[in-house]
Amino acid sequence: MALKYDDVVAKYEPTLGLEVHVELNTNTKMFCGCSTEFGAEPNTQTCPVCLGLPGSLPVVNEVAIESAIKIGLALNCSIAPFSRFARKNYFYPDMPKDYQISQYDEPICVNGYLDVEIDTDEGVKVFRVEIERVHMEEDTGKSLHVGGATGRIHGAEYSLLDYNRAGIPLMEIVTKMVPGTGKYAPQVARAYVTELRDILRSLGVSDVKMEQGSLRCDANVSLSPMGSGKLGTRSETKNVNSLRSVERAIHGEMIRQGNRLENGERIIQETRHFLEESGETRPGRSKETAEDYRYFQEPDLVPVAPDAGWIEEIRKTLPEKPSIHRKRLQEQWSVPDKEMAAMVNAELLDTVEATVNLGADPTKARSWWLGEVSRLANEKDVAPTELMTPAQVAEIIALIAAGELTDKLARHVVEGVVNGEGTPAQVIEKRGLKVVSDDSALMSAIEAAIAAQPDTAERVRSGNIPAAGALIGAVMKATGGQADAARVRELLLNHLGQGN
Amino acid sequence: MAAISRDEVAHLARLARIEMSSDELDHLASELDQILHAVDRVQEAAKDDVPPTSHPLPLKNVTRPDVVVPSLSPEDALSGAPAADEQRFKVPQILGDAE
Amino acid sequence: MTNIFKSAQEMSSALVAKEVSAVDLANEHFDRIEKVDGDVHAFLHLDKEGALAQARDVDAKRAAGEKLSPLAGVPLALKDVLTQKGIPTTCGSKMLENWRPPYDSTVVTRLKAAGVVILGKTNMDEFAMGSSTENSAYGPTHNPWDLSRIPGGSGGGSSAALAAFEAPLAIGTDTGGSIRQPAAVTGTVGVKPTYGAVSRYGLVAFSSSLDQAGPCARTVLDTALLHEVIAGHDPKDSSSINAPVPSVVAAAKKLDVKGMKIGVIKELGGDGFQKGVSERFNEALEELVKAGAEIVEVSCPNFEYALAAYYLIAPSEASSNLARFDSMRYGLRVGDDGSHGAEEVMSLTRQAGFGKEVKRRIILGTYALSSGYYDAYYGSAQKVRTLIMRDYEAAFAKADVLVSPTAPTTAFKIGEKADDPVAMYLNDIATIPVNMAGIGGMSLPCGLASEDNLPVGFQIMTPAMKDDLMYQVGGTLEAALNSKWGSPLMSQAPALGAK
Ligand SMILES: [Mg+2]
Ligand SMILES: [Zn+2]
Repeated sequence: MALKYDDVVAKYEPTLGLEVHVELNTNTKMFCGCSTEFGAEPNTQTCPVCLGLPGSLPVVNEVAIESAIKIGLALNCSIAPFSRFARKNYFYPDMPKDYQISQYDEPICVNGYLDVEIDTDEGVKVFRVEIERVHMEEDTGKSLHVGGATGRIHGAEYSLLDYNRAGIPLMEIVTKMVPGTGKYAPQVARAYVTELRDILRSLGVSDVKMEQGSLRCDANVSLSPMGSGKLGTRSETKNVNSLRSVERAIHGEMIRQGNRLENGERIIQETRHFLEESGETRPGRSKETAEDYRYFQEPDLVPVAPDAGWIEEIRKTLPEKPSIHRKRLQEQWSVPDKEMAAMVNAELLDTVEATVNLGADPTKARSWWLGEVSRLANEKDVAPTELMTPAQVAEIIALIAAGELTDKLARHVVEGVVNGEGTPAQVIEKRGLKVVSDDSALMSAIEAAIAAQPDTAERVRSGNIPAAGALIGAVMKATGGQADAARVRELLLNHLGQGN
Repeated sequence: MAAISRDEVAHLARLARIEMSSDELDHLASELDQILHAVDRVQEAAKDDVPPTSHPLPLKNVTRPDVVVPSLSPEDALSGAPAADEQRFKVPQILGDAE
Repeated sequence: MTNIFKSAQEMSSALVAKEVSAVDLANEHFDRIEKVDGDVHAFLHLDKEGALAQARDVDAKRAAGEKLSPLAGVPLALKDVLTQKGIPTTCGSKMLENWRPPYDSTVVTRLKAAGVVILGKTNMDEFAMGSSTENSAYGPTHNPWDLSRIPGGSGGGSSAALAAFEAPLAIGTDTGGSIRQPAAVTGTVGVKPTYGAVSRYGLVAFSSSLDQAGPCARTVLDTALLHEVIAGHDPKDSSSINAPVPSVVAAAKKLDVKGMKIGVIKELGGDGFQKGVSERFNEALEELVKAGAEIVEVSCPNFEYALAAYYLIAPSEASSNLARFDSMRYGLRVGDDGSHGAEEVMSLTRQAGFGKEVKRRIILGTYALSSGYYDAYYGSAQKVRTLIMRDYEAAFAKADVLVSPTAPTTAFKIGEKADDPVAMYLNDIATIPVNMAGIGGMSLPCGLASEDNLPVGFQIMTPAMKDDLMYQVGGTLEAALNSKWGSPLMSQAPALGAK
């Protein structure tokens, strides 16, 4: 590749477009009463409707509409007083009716925006991502490809279909074209999806788990020569399954397109697939027939026409926006910008907040989660929240505050909890990790240390206070680190006539 | 106007996933031409100021509560499957990408 | 003494009086089917076991003194387009040859709850596309009045079963006339209720915005009795009307049209209508005048576009509704020999599984919806729909009910129009506007055409949600004609199975 990323952004201006599909966490599917519970045995959550059996008919889930309106309001959209479902016709085995019930020219929410903050060379900058529409549709089933390479579509001998996921309510959130992000395009894309995810989570409308597919992102990008004012041909990258991948996919695609343009090659408007391993994209299989979805109004459903009263009812239930919530927490906890950003980037803000809500000191909660727990999580390549719960961390912080654990002991407790040895209390019990707070036990260890190092003791007696360090170290060693070092020091200096 | 060509019919047959023989395409092209000729006249009546009607009833906001109802048993769900394996519908290899 | 020539109402009375048991009544009908259905071919599938079990259940409940629905124990023939759990539901197509649905349609649920005895499934044009039942993958049904002729379509099996006394009640579905036109050409009664009056849940869709199931029988009162069993709000159908069902049984018994204004639609008569059809229709009008109604002429100028609009809207919706027949989850699968991918297997299956007319309409509908043609075809047809509704609105401002001949001709010969789709489509010219507007329509017999001695249908149309009015007018007209003829028209039907 001739052009590097910096070269590309020096010559070309990117335009972004992001389509996010989010599965709602309603109890039932979009158009039938089947459960949406994740992870059930195959084809146990299906019925005539979501299997597309002849004669079956859809009926809209009321809560799905409310969720759509909530999302629209949170994204500053107008809620359409009249919206309708349409059929998007195309054949695919994982789609039971061979059409998807979706919304086409009459979506429920239109014209919103979401502001995201990016750390730029000139400091923190706000980029406004305008939202074109939020519409309701249904998810497809899941195929398992058998034979050939593991689970891959290519080379498979046959496929096995599970329709448990078919019909789960899906919201499609589509941005307008986002110009003017320049070299920050990948970060803007990531920040947008992150902020969107946080909003959806705060609304309680979705589990927003990218790894389980409940939030999925298609990332579009095009390049145009700097200052040309023309819009380039875009590609659409699918299968972008983590926040990091959103950033990498845009980054990789900009380099690919930049190099093609540089070589005088055309950009083809196509669907591409993100390759997790390399961070590159590969072209999707081109279709034999041109796409023609033959949209028309879904005759089995009637219009959705929420009245103003209903919308206002829903507006009242909206929680504080994550960005405002963050600002409020930062003030309450007096956290510097940089550390706030660290918590946000580590995706631990909610966890820290939960820990604080259980009575922990904000600074301590932050430092345990971002420090020791994160370090262990890194080693194990898992999320910190998979290792500990806010309640466990809060419990440990409380024990330190009560003087029952030292920082060092607490680290052992964390290690024990992470290794599955039980709750903090159980680990302390099993490993015998209590602070030795019994002065007489400490005194006998002090006397033993003095007896072992009489010269050192003499130097301390004669006023060389720093020399006490060696004796304190010996006491700590003897007590297996379970003594409170400050108390040992105090007792030792008193004993050697240096107390005050 | 000659409403529809054989190639167009072939394209439509592909869109509709019907594998048609060459004879069938020829025959259908001429039939569709006649039919389209007959239905073409809807355009005379469809003036700009006439709103379309997609549905005979003026209903709106028909919804159901978000309450789980029993699903089919997997045996019933799979009862019509031409082929099944591992409690899943077994289908020939899928080429091409999902949407 | 056999009970099969009785009306459903009379059978019900005999059951209540314990003159006959439901089991015996079912068996009498199975015997009749055995005797005549080889010639008529009204049924695709018989469910003797299920029917007799239901009949036994009704008999037991009656013996125990339970309160039963008026039609409990009365046999019925079900059009093979409605699902019945565990019973083959083919829609007259090879595509669904061995499909046994795992669920009951709402219509079936209600029939079962009312104790109606479902004898079996009746023949139909494939996926309800046709006006003659010649498009069934399982061979045509023959008109009991003349076995060389069509019984109408798509519900020819249901109407023929009634006319052949194989069942006193039947369920039909009507997208462009498939209940009323078969009723007309077999001398029986068929009602298409207001759109949304009867749940579509479990009705295999042809054209969702037009389809409507309805009652078929040999008398107006019988259709009313069946109407009250199957109609009513269903939360499983979003377009189901959430309002009380009009009292159609009471209306059918009223026998009074004094002071009613009956509008004759100018455009649905005259040129293109068989002479004998017009004659019988006009005589029936005279009977209504004698009964005290006033006849007014109304004009519905946009009806001339109805047929064209229908043949765009119905195929468009059908092209989408029938996409699901792709061999992945149920039904026929062709070409799964390891050498074809899923997409090819879909195409090969759809080629093999659909008949000619179905393919023709799928392709037409695919065209009408495709980008670049949508506005000219589907979009324009929807505008025509608005114009037709406006025409009706204006007409109903002048008349309480509207009337016309149901079909332009009597039953034609099997094979006569098979190769001319446009000529075939003309059969539905008088019935289609009703579906386009979603209003109610009934066909009842008004005599035999002089040129061929075949039944002629009289159509009554009523505003949406006023289905009771057509029963009132229909009941009155039927009574007047029966007293004029001295007996119901069906008593003139030829004997069958006399080989
Ligand atoms: Mg979508
Ligand atoms: Zn379901």
